[in-house]
Amino acid sequence: MAKDTNSNQYQDQFYKQKHKEEMKYQVITFAMMIAFTIIAFGLVAGPFSKLFVVPVILVLAGVQVLFQLYYFMHMNQKGHEMPAIMIYSGIFAAVLTILALTTITWI
Amino acid sequence: MSTHEDVLSSENLPHEPEKATLEGKNKFLGFWFFLGGETVLFASLFGTYLALRNSFGNAEGTPTQELFGLELVFIMTVILLTSSLTSVYAMYHMKNHDFKKMMVWLAITVILGASFLGLEVYEFNHYVHEYGHTFTSHAFGSAFYALVGFHGAHVAFGLCWILALMFRNAKRGLNLYNAPKFYIASLYWHFIDVVWVFIFTVVYLMGKVG
Repeated sequence: MAKDTNSNQYQDQFYKQKHKEEMKYQVITFAMMIAFTIIAFGLVAGPFSKLFVVPVILVLAGVQVLFQLYYFMHMNQKGHEMPAIMIYSGIFAAVLTILALTTITWI
Repeated sequence: MSTHEDVLSSENLPHEPEKATLEGKNKFLGFWFFLGGETVLFASLFGTYLALRNSFGNAEGTPTQELFGLELVFIMTVILLTSSLTSVYAMYHMKNHDFKKMMVWLAITVILGASFLGLEVYEFNHYVHEYGHTFTSHAFGSAFYALVGFHGAHVAFGLCWILALMFRNAKRGLNLYNAPKFYIASLYWHFIDVVWVFIFTVVYLMGKVG
C-alpha cells in the first residue's frame, strides 16, 4: 500500500493541519452550545413570561441541534448530501407526527 | 488493489479511514438512514408526551412545575454535552491515525455517559419514592417515562456499544476494518445528545415554565 512515501508525508502534514483547524471550530461550537444551554436555563429560572420564554428556548434548542449535526456530526463536510436527505426527511416526518399527536389524536 | 489482509492490518492508513472502504461508505450511509428513522421514532414519543403531559385522569399527580428540579437536569445536560465533545476528540485522533489517544478519549466519553445514566437512575428513583410518580400512575407518568426512559436506554446501549468496540479492538490497533465502526458509534453518541437537547428543552424547561 505504501506508494509514494515522500508525497504522503506532505499530505499527512496537510491533513493534520486541516484536522486541527476543524477541531478549533468544534471547540468553539461546544462553547456556544454550553452558552445556549446556560441562557435557556437562565430564562426559565428568571422572571420572564411564558409566551416569551417558550419560543426562545425552542429556537435555542433548534440552533444547538444544527450545531451538533453540522459540526459534531460533520454534515458541513463534503459527501454529506445523502445524510442531509435522510435526516431532513426524518425531521419532516417528525414535525408531522408531533403536529398530529398534539392537535388531533388526544383532543 | 487492496486485499483482505491490507484492510485488517493496514499500516499506511488513508485520509478518512472510516470512508476508505466500500463497507465503510455503506455503513456511513446506512447509519444516517437509521438516524432519520430514529428521528421519527422519538418524534412520536415527544408528540405523545406533549399531548399527555397534563393528563392525570382520576389519579393524584404532581404537576410538572413542582416535579422537576432544574439543578440536576442542568448537570446532566452539561455532562452529556461534554461527552459529545470528548467523542469528537476521539474522532479527531482517529483521523490522525492515533489509536491510543482515540481510546483514551473514548474511555472519557464512556465515563461521562455512565455518570449521566447514574444521575438519571437517581432522578427516576427520586420521582418514584418522593412523588409516587410512576409509569402506571397516570398518562403523564407513562408518557414521561416512555420518552425519557427510551432515551436513557439509548445511552445505555451506546455505552455497551462503545465498550464492546474498545475491548474487541484493544489489541488490533486502528485499521480499515474497525475505523468505520468507531466512526458510526460516535455518530450514534452525538445523536443521543441531539435528542437530549430536545428533552431538556421540551420536557424539563417547558415543564418548569408550565
